[in-house]
Amino acid sequence: MLDKLVYLDNAATTRLDERVLEAMKPYFFDVYAVATSEFGYSAGIEARETLDKVREILANALGASHEEFIFTSGSTESSNIALKGVALALGEKKGKHFIVSKIEDFPVLHSAKALERQGFRVTYLDVDSDGFVDLGQLGESITDETILVSIQHANQEIGTIQDIETIGRICREKGVLFHTDATHTFTRVPLDVRKVPVDLITVSANTIHGPSSIGGLYIRKGTPVAKWIDGGFQEFDLRAGIENIPGAVGFAKAVELVTLEENERLQAMRDHLIDRVLAEIPSTTLNGHRWKRIPQNANITFHLVEGESITLHLDMRGFAVSTGSACFSRSLEASHVIRGIGGDHERAHGSVRFTFGRYNTLQDVDAVVETVAEVVRELRNISPLGKDYEHEENYK
Amino acid sequence: MKFPYSEKVLEHFRHPRNVGKIENPDGKAVEGSPACGDMVAVYIKVDPETRRITDVKFESYGCASNIATGSIITELAKGKTIDEAKKVTWKQASEALGGLPPIKVHCSVLAVEGLRSAIQNYEERQGLVKDREPTTVEVVRKRLKKVINPVSGLNLVHTNLVKNIEVKDGIVRVVIDLPANHQFASAIKEEIADKIEHLWDVKKLEVEFTE
Repeated sequence: MLDKLVYLDNAATTRLDERVLEAMKPYFFDVYAVATSEFGYSAGIEARETLDKVREILANALGASHEEFIFTSGSTESSNIALKGVALALGEKKGKHFIVSKIEDFPVLHSAKALERQGFRVTYLDVDSDGFVDLGQLGESITDETILVSIQHANQEIGTIQDIETIGRICREKGVLFHTDATHTFTRVPLDVRKVPVDLITVSANTIHGPSSIGGLYIRKGTPVAKWIDGGFQEFDLRAGIENIPGAVGFAKAVELVTLEENERLQAMRDHLIDRVLAEIPSTTLNGHRWKRIPQNANITFHLVEGESITLHLDMRGFAVSTGSACFSRSLEASHVIRGIGGDHERAHGSVRFTFGRYNTLQDVDAVVETVAEVVRELRNISPLGKDYEHEENYK
Repeated sequence: MKFPYSEKVLEHFRHPRNVGKIENPDGKAVEGSPACGDMVAVYIKVDPETRRITDVKFESYGCASNIATGSIITELAKGKTIDEAKKVTWKQASEALGGLPPIKVHCSVLAVEGLRSAIQNYEERQGLVKDREPTTVEVVRKRLKKVINPVSGLNLVHTNLVKNIEVKDGIVRVVIDLPANHQFASAIKEEIADKIEHLWDVKKLEVEFTE
């Protein structure tokens, strides 16, 4: 067994970069006042100035101005504020219809379901076999009642990048707000609000080697979002709660540390894994588009084997990955993403997601490819679906 | 390192016993289907004099608990008479493995069912079953006890999801008390079909949902 874990589940969360921790430290021990105390004592002014400075960095990373960016506790909260905030602001005034894609991550999908229980109507857009939303269906689904379209920038499981520029244009033409969950693309795939007509963007620090439990929401100036986390007047009176200044500082540092070279390095690992697995392991299918995918994601179905068995065997050999198999999830439900792209339960069952980060190397990729090949071979050897599989009715 | 399973489960998962097929088995069965997730095949050889299981092998398309349970039931069954082996329960298998997570009942119960079905298959082949039982409401209900509601890990009958069963002229109609758009509706429907459709006197199966 390896003594070092090769962590390939960077879409779930990432290891914190030491430089991020160093940047955060003073705000735990020296400047720990709340920013709203700026009129009480000088430490508050320093907190306020720090928060303003890092807010500027985050907003700039999206091409936005600082008053268009609020800090939240992470992606989940950001998407909740976007959907439910717009519902509260426009539900009575304009209409009660939302449009989301079928393969959104749970913060958007389950916010939509929660709104349905409150009397809103939701259209779940189909996606094609690569995971792209049907743009024709999007256009046709928008009505006078529609208040928000929420379609992710890239998918959390299969990595497919949507054409959000076109989606944004369709929404703009029809006068409908557009939210995108950019949790898995922020700083990895260019997104500039001066070019893309998008009104709300969800981002998070934990996917880019920043701290957990800090995220943000871009809100284009003038976008009607009602406040529903009540308390003080923080975050332009849109989200109450004391500011997480160490978190915000860490988030900004994490953004500054991502470089173009790093994204190219991640993409090289992705392509190396996909090319080797598809060439060397029989009966494998790539999930998601081959090229229009985020640089850090590869998702492959190993047919005739079950994903939890693969992940457990890999874990015992020192590799951390994840799977869309029903057996892996607490809900015992197979991945809604793989089923959304037209895959059956079998395809979801054997799907494994490899996601790369700053601390992975090409050697890690070679090691995991060789190990997964061995594991899949062993599991296929004990599978009744192999070679001359007979179905139950044949000998009943 | 920490794992979600007992040492014993991991040991059987890593080194499953009695894996593979038996050529010309005296009894065999496949439980589960790729649609519902896990699947297990069991093969047995039986001594015609003593009715003891002389050899048993299994194959698994499943998660760790499915593989480990398949492995342990082969150890529990070997050397037992078919009547003794029929009585091996999921609880015994789970205990022999040092316990299984409750959420994994669905995946692991299949192996136990597989052993029982393989024995039943043997009995049918040997003519040990007197005559073919006609399909009645009770037979259907008994079969539905093998269909697991993935939400609870318990069977449809136990969780009161079977609202109505009708059997008439070879047509079986089952009404399940779930909305048709329920997340597991299609998986449950496929599993019911798996258990009922192949009965010798069933011509047609209709599965309906309440909403």
